Amino acid sequence: MFKRLFGRGETPDSPGARAQIEQSLGKTRTGLMGRLAEVFGPVDIDDDTWDALEAQLIRSDVGAQAAADIVAELREKARLAGVRRASELPDVLHRVMARALAAAAPPAADGAPAGDPPRPYVILVAGVNGSGKTTSIAKLAHQHVRDGRAVVLVAADTFRAAAIDQLKLWGERIGVPVIAGQPGGDPGAVVFDALNSHAARSADVVIVDTAGRLHTQANLMAELVKVRNVVARVMPDAPHATLLVLDATTGQNGLAQAKAFTAAVNVTGLILAKLDSTAKGGVAFAVVRELGVPIAYVGTGEQAADLAPFDAAAYVDGVLGRVG
Amino acid sequence: MFSALSDKLQTVFDNLGRKGHLTEADVDVAMRELRMALLEADVSYGVVKDIAARVRARAVGAEVLRSLTPAQQVVTIVHDALVDILGKSAPLDIGRGDPPVILMAGLQGSGKTTTAAKLALMLRKKGKRPLLVACDTRRPAAVEQLAALGRQLDLAVYSEGTAPAPPDIAARSLEHARHNAHDVVIVDTSGRLQIDEALMDELVEIARRVQPTETLLVADAMTGQEAVNVAQAFHARLALTGLVLTKVDGDARGGAALSIRAVTGVPIKFLGAGEKANALEPFEPERLAGRILGMGDIQTLLERAQSTIDEDEAARLEKKLRKGTVDLQDFLGQLQQIQRMGPIQEILGLIPGFGKLTKQLPVDLDPRDLKRVEAIILSMTPQERRKPKILNASRKRRIASGSGTRVQDVNQLLQQFDQMQRMLKQFSGGRLPRGLPWS
Repeated sequence: MFKRLFGRGETPDSPGARAQIEQSLGKTRTGLMGRLAEVFGPVDIDDDTWDALEAQLIRSDVGAQAAADIVAELREKARLAGVRRASELPDVLHRVMARALAAAAPPAADGAPAGDPPRPYVILVAGVNGSGKTTSIAKLAHQHVRDGRAVVLVAADTFRAAAIDQLKLWGERIGVPVIAGQPGGDPGAVVFDALNSHAARSADVVIVDTAGRLHTQANLMAELVKVRNVVARVMPDAPHATLLVLDATTGQNGLAQAKAFTAAVNVTGLILAKLDSTAKGGVAFAVVRELGVPIAYVGTGEQAADLAPFDAAAYVDGVLGRVG
Repeated sequence: MFSALSDKLQTVFDNLGRKGHLTEADVDVAMRELRMALLEADVSYGVVKDIAARVRARAVGAEVLRSLTPAQQVVTIVHDALVDILGKSAPLDIGRGDPPVILMAGLQGSGKTTTAAKLALMLRKKGKRPLLVACDTRRPAAVEQLAALGRQLDLAVYSEGTAPAPPDIAARSLEHARHNAHDVVIVDTSGRLQIDEALMDELVEIARRVQPTETLLVADAMTGQEAVNVAQAFHARLALTGLVLTKVDGDARGGAALSIRAVTGVPIKFLGAGEKANALEPFEPERLAGRILGMGDIQTLLERAQSTIDEDEAARLEKKLRKGTVDLQDFLGQLQQIQRMGPIQEILGLIPGFGKLTKQLPVDLDPRDLKRVEAIILSMTPQERRKPKILNASRKRRIASGSGTRVQDVNQLLQQFDQMQRMLKQFSGGRLPRGLPWS
């Protein structure tokens, strides 16, 4: 997203980013490869092949229904293309899925204006409890700082104990000012004051951290809408991006989360956090497929530099359990 | 929630027609739906296969009880199988040790710190003097988080900042606990990936130093297929004694708990719901099984209601519900509150047995319909709201014109309200509506 927007930053194809994703995805690959190599060897395609493929997608949290749909589509494609050998299928599937990611979510789908980005560029970050919002924000900020932009963080998680301290510590680590209110204060008021401050007005990028909330908590979702409205009131075209942090270890509930947050605050992109775990984050594929919300970044560790722009090919490799 | 397995099976069996016993073909079709339902609930792929095989063996040839439809019969078998696997709730083992130690472990963001505070509060209510120990020296401000929770809840917290090694902090905390007459110690640790060897070693070292009587894995109810790998790895290194499933106040079905229990045999000890410190619940296998099957969860409904509904009013209403004396004024209040709780279909889906019933209800609940109903009731006098029986033609005309609706709309509302009242009376009479698998 930002790479397009600012014309700088690391591209997903750069060796660094790719290696980072691959490294984080690769940890359980050997085991799976062994298993899949048998099924997808140079043998004729049979029912076992399709079952194995579907099972692989399900194990990666793509979801039972989505997996069935994808395999059905692949069957049709394989038939039309005259694919006979099981060993050819993963490549075909890879293309199908990568294309689906591209089609449902073109890179500019976050609505960011081309050319000169607005200043400050305001990013609102939301998600359920424990998904990794604060850490992801620190990484995002770090990336912008590295690219030479002035960043301000806004600590609008006034609810969770020590959430403000957490963001402030990150701020010190990466050398970015953090504007915060009082614990227990009104997050809308914090955001209002922060966005009106001189520091925020003269920054290139302002990132707003919000409290974790389960998407089923109607009053907390209403609070998030209010925060967003406050942002829009202070700066009419803001927030310029609204990112939902999705934990890669999350299962099918991720879809419900994405739906609810998108309905509430019009999510423009996903940050798929904790992709350095053994989970493949397959539910993100289901989210892109169903909601058309693109994956903007993936989180690959606990350090400030562990954030990579989304790379569809590497991600699909992980979901399919193969080496890219 | 509302795409309940029982609904899907009902459709399957409706097509098959009603028979006296379950044939192999019936069961095969049902098993496909079962597999889908369990996978959508995040039960791990391997465990789903096992359950399907188990259920299949029990279901083929099973006689359909006269009171049940084949769909209900299958769901009952599945439900029983899940309850079996989930096992009984196990009490917390804090009767030995000097002092007894509870060690919390889990992935990042699973809810360890919040759960630790909840546990401490629960133990204090039982007359214990718990000590919380801050061993998460990695995540920025994690120590502050525990300290802040301690201040908020007036709980003792032992911390040494972030410089010392966590095993040393943990070991020294025992000394502190003994000196200060704490009779149970809860050690909060950093979140870690099960594949992070260095950090897993550290956790093992903490356990070696404090010799916990309880080692609890804290797992997020929203966890997907990886739950099994995570739990197995933690279990292999730490010999877990229990599982705490957190964030069950969301709408995740919580299949992860079933997988973890099935694969490791570690008992589920508590469920964590909500960010309020008192929201730790004992584990009940029937309830969790119902939730995993998407059969509705009346408790979740109540909890969600609690977050939006005034408690006194809820208590008043509950009384009325039990007596079956709800009037239109209550109905109006409910309507207004329900609209604050979330989409109506979703809420109805939480009520056991309502999955299918929802579709049968004459009320096709569009948010605008709710507004119309609200307008109609608001156009009634207080007396009319309490006693809708007194509504004659002229009163109905007045209400219709007052609310911008037609007399038919008023009649329809009254009819629906009457139906609802009868349904509630059925509930309060201890009889559950048909469509419940075990009714």
